[in-house]
Order: sequence, then structure tokens, then C-alpha cells
Amino acid sequence: MEDVAVKAEGISKAYNGHRVLENISFQIEKGEVFGFIGPDGAGKTTLFRILSSLILPEKGEAFVYGLNVVDKYRDVRNITGYVAERFSLYRDLTVEENIRFFATVFGTTLSENYDLIKDVYRNLEPFKNRRAGRLSGGMKQKLALCRALIHRPQILLLDESTTGVDAVSRREFWEMLHKLKAGGMTIALTTSYMDEAAKCDRVALLYNGRIMKTGSPDGIADSFGLDLIQVRSQRLYAVKKELEKLPSAPSVSLFGDSVHVISGEKGLSLEDIEGFLKKRGFEDTQVERSRPGIEDCFLALSRGYKKKGTDGEGY
Amino acid sequence: MRIVWFIVEKEFRQIFRNRMMLPFIFLMPIFLLVVLVNAATLDLRRIDVALVDNDLSQTSLRLTGKFEASDIFYIPRAYTSLEDAFDRLQEGSVDMVLNIPAGFERKILREEGAQVQILIDAINALSAGLINYHSQAVVADMNRELLTGVTPESAGAGAPAIEVSHRQWYNPEMDYRIFMYPGILVILVTIVGMFLTAVNIVREKEAGTIEQLNVTPVRKYHFIMGKLIPFWIIGMFEIAFGLLFGALLYNVPVEGSLFLVFLSGAVFLFLVLGLGLFLSIISTRQQQVMFLTWFFMLVFILMSGIFTPVESMPGWAQQVNVINPFAYLIRVFRMIMLKGAELAEVQGDLISMAIFAFIVLTSATLLYRKTAAG
Repeated sequence: MEDVAVKAEGISKAYNGHRVLENISFQIEKGEVFGFIGPDGAGKTTLFRILSSLILPEKGEAFVYGLNVVDKYRDVRNITGYVAERFSLYRDLTVEENIRFFATVFGTTLSENYDLIKDVYRNLEPFKNRRAGRLSGGMKQKLALCRALIHRPQILLLDESTTGVDAVSRREFWEMLHKLKAGGMTIALTTSYMDEAAKCDRVALLYNGRIMKTGSPDGIADSFGLDLIQVRSQRLYAVKKELEKLPSAPSVSLFGDSVHVISGEKGLSLEDIEGFLKKRGFEDTQVERSRPGIEDCFLALSRGYKKKGTDGEGY
Repeated sequence: MRIVWFIVEKEFRQIFRNRMMLPFIFLMPIFLLVVLVNAATLDLRRIDVALVDNDLSQTSLRLTGKFEASDIFYIPRAYTSLEDAFDRLQEGSVDMVLNIPAGFERKILREEGAQVQILIDAINALSAGLINYHSQAVVADMNRELLTGVTPESAGAGAPAIEVSHRQWYNPEMDYRIFMYPGILVILVTIVGMFLTAVNIVREKEAGTIEQLNVTPVRKYHFIMGKLIPFWIIGMFEIAFGLLFGALLYNVPVEGSLFLVFLSGAVFLFLVLGLGLFLSIISTRQQQVMFLTWFFMLVFILMSGIFTPVESMPGWAQQVNVINPFAYLIRVFRMIMLKGAELAEVQGDLISMAIFAFIVLTSATLLYRKTAAG
């Protein structure tokens, strides 16, 4: 129990009769980077709002460092740093004013906690007199992180913190998270970027308000036992369109440089696909088996619940 | 309590940084107090008359002379036909038609009783009433002379009649601006207290910053106090500013105690701040809360007796005014500033406002705690 940072048991929540979370249970260990991944509307934000004591669960209980988020919400707030999905700091106050204000309401000061936030704050310092509303997306996100760290929380709850942020800022952000983790901080985050999921110690797949699977990113990928075939071609999109007509391939998705085909129960051989494509005039294809990543699992999972046709080209 | 102070500090920082807020606090009052006080006058300074004199006798000339002699009636020209004169009334270039029929003098001399016709443009019922009142006064004066057969020059020799002597108290020069000023001041204070507060709180909701505060040790009542105190201070400042401005510009007096003016303003501010808080709770968007506050302000203003006497409203409307905060403060301000009322005379209204403020603030605070989680 001492190693448990967050423990949730059977959390359910509905809005206007619409189920958002259904019997969610999980545990996050102290010092872990734990990611919740799932499409928009899966219930990630609602879950984080419950964990940060902003809203009440309908059923079930959640504990943060052993504190019930409903009964001991005030203690929970003191040890939790929550970053909301939307940038929600005072846009008309400067960077420094924002930090100082939130430091004072926590009864602390910037200088007292400077060592903890210095890595993040250093990036912001040149802009400390700029109004928060005029910062770039990446800077805003760093400011929000500083804000969440100002009272030395034991756990960070980051809700879609890297959405809409450029790749460089995202990488910097993750470096900071790993530094914080090294300092003993527990970090729980939600993301819809699959590459970020792979950087977590453990992830939970959230879909339609349920946790489908929990485990290490690789573990989850392996546990699916997916049979993945990767197809490379100069004409990726056309290849994808063609492959979708294969009856024994229930999932065909376009990735950055290849098309991923997951074979169904009947199984597909490399020759099947090569032959299929040759017949249709695609000569330049390279077909090979590959190890599925978490994104493949995620797509396969969502296809298992949605019908074919609503695929994830966006990823 | 320190937390409240931090929020107040932050609030002032944001207020003074907001490009909309400073004009709202400084320019709008000046505009309201200069323009509205002058424009919203109900004084009738000039009545234009279209004269149709078909008698053209000595008596009819005496009557029109009497109208002209008053400093309020102007007879730019006479018309020969009633139709022409009526057209002027129709197009709005005159306020009334004075029609003296032929045979006017003859009937008076024969003691048959003569008639004059007065047609009044009554689109504005209030000024129509005033025109009627002023015309009646002129005609009555004429009547008295005819009955006693005296002219003003030989007065004193005739039969004694009852004369009304009147004097305007509390506003001896009947300066409408002095009557309006306290009312406009109340509107001003309400805009700050109710409107700005409500919009400000909803803005935090809209920006999501309120959630960021909710995950800190800031308690609900800290937040509410931190929001209300700055606007209370600004509201009090507006009262002081308004009084000074009024004294310099219009010689608006404060006959009673200045302290009492501020005391009643302070109580009133708590009341409207509570209303603003209440409206901000039931709104999620700034547009919504703006619409709501304007709606309430319009109803409050029009029913408050600022333009029209409350006493002449129907009974139910006067009843509604029991919950109209404007009605209280306008009455109290006028009493103290113009009549020099003492605490004893306004304490009933003050206590009502205080109770009202307490109820509104407490219920709004309770409601606020219930709606937002945590």
C-alpha cells in the first residue's frame, strides 16, 4: 500500500444520463509515469477531474497517496499538481505574476521552490514580464507546468498537456517530466499521441469510459498477439485503399511511411498480400512482418468496438 | 484571510490592466453624470402655440396677450384657419393650438359664457399635463379679471379671492438636474457593483481559471470575498467621485451628513454585489450574464422612481418596488442630499437594504458552494 500513489476502485460517472466512466479501477505506483490513452470522449478528462477533486464520482472511490479525493479533498489538493486540458492561467497577468499569485495562495513563494521548477522556469524567464496570453503554445504549457509544481506536489496530473504543442516543445516537456520522475515525483497523464504512450512506464487504454487494458507499453502490445504486416510503397494511400478490400484484413491503417495490416482470424501470409497487390498493378511494394506497437493495438481495439470504416488516419 | 488579500491584489492588478475597465470606471461616470443628468430633464421650458383667433376682439387680444406675457408660452404666428394650425400640431412644430372662436367677446359681454379651445399634443402625457396646467392657469387668471372687472393695475379694489402662494422647497430653483443627480449616481454605482462584478466572475469561469483556483487551498468564500471587495472599493470610490463632480459642476448639495451618504451607499453596494454574484452563478457565458444584468437593471431603473414618481405608479408596481434596490437608494440619496435627512428618517430604508443584502449575499454564497464541486 505504501508504494501506491493513486488507487481507484469502481469509479463511475454520468452526465445527463450519458455514461462517461464505467467502473474504472486501477493503481498507479509512486514514482511512476502512468499514461491514460484513448480517443477524444473516452473519459480521460472526467477521470482526471475526479482525481483532482474538481468533481465527485458517482460510484466508487479514489485515493491519492492514501487520501480519499472526496473526504480529504483539501489535503489532496495540497499534494496534487493538476494541469487542465485548456490553458487556464490568467492571460492578462504576466508569467511571473501568475507564478507568484499561485505560489501565494498555496502559502509559499517562488524562491522557496525554485530548485524544483528551475528547469522549466529557466525557459520562461526571458519572458517573465510577458502576459501569459501572449505566450506561444509551448511556453504556455511550461508555464502551466510551473504553476502545477509551485507547491511541491507529490503527484502531477497532466491532462492532454502536450496537445497542440510543437515537436521540439513536446520533447523538452518530456525531458522535464523524466527529471521530475527521477526526483521521485509520480506523474499521471492523458494523451492521444501514441509516441508519448510509449514513453510512459505503464499505460491504460481507455475506451468509451472503460479501461480496456493496463500494462507496460510493450507488454500491452505483446498481449494483444496481433499479427501485423507492414507494407511499404510509393503510393501508400492507394495501397491502403486497395488493402481495405481484403476480406481477411479487418484493420488497415495508414502510418507515416507504411500501411499496417492486421490479419483477422483466418490469417494472412506475406505472399497473400504481395500477390493481391501485384494483381492490382502495385509492383514496388515491400511486405514484411513487424512487431505491433501500442498504436496498432489501440487502433485494433477501437475497430473491435467500432465497425470498419471509421479508421484512424489521423494518427 | 491572507489568501483573500492575495486575490484582491490580483484583482486590482487585472482591473487596472484591462483596457475596458478603466474607461468604465472613470469615463462612463463622467459621461453619465454630464450627459444624462442634463438630457433626462422633464422640465418644460417652452411651449410653442399655434394661435387661431377668429374673434380678433379686444378681449381675445387680451387673452393672447396673457399667454404671451408668461415666460413659457411662445406664439410664433397666428393662423386664420384651424386646419392650418392643426397641421402644425400634426407635424410637431407646435405643442398646442389655441383656438378662439368668432363671437368670443360678444358672448362674454352678454354673459353667456364663452369658450376657447386648446388642443394639446399628448404623445408625451407628462408634458401634456404640464401644458394643460399652465394654460388653465392663464385662463383662470383671465376669468378672475373678467369676473371682478379689474385689471392687475387696479387690483386691491376688487372682491377678495383665495390666492395660493407657493414656494419650492428642497430644490428652490426647481433645477431638474439636482433632482436627477442622486438617481444617476445610483445607476452608476450599480453598474460597478452588479454588472462589472458579475461579468468579472463569469470571465474566470469562461477562461477556466476558476478551476485552477479550485485545485488550490483557496476556499469558496475566499474567492467570493476576493472578488467582491475590489468592486466594493471601486463602488465607494465612484460615490465619492460622483459627489465631488456633482458639487463642482451642478452645485448638487449634500444637505445631510456625508457619512450617511457613504453608509447607505456601502450597504447598497453589498446588496448589488450579492445580486451580481447570484447572476454570475446562474450564467456560464459572459454574454449570458450581460443580458441578465441589463434586464434586471432596466427593470430596476424604470421602476425605481428615477424618472417618474413612484407614488403615481399602480399599486402593484409600488409593491414590486419593495424588492427594487434602486428604489431604496434613490429615495435615501434624495432624502439625505436634498432634504438633509437624518439617520432617523432613513434608517427604515437602510435596515431594509441591509436585511436584503444579507439575504442575497448569504444565499448566493450558499448556492455558489453547492453548484461548483469541492
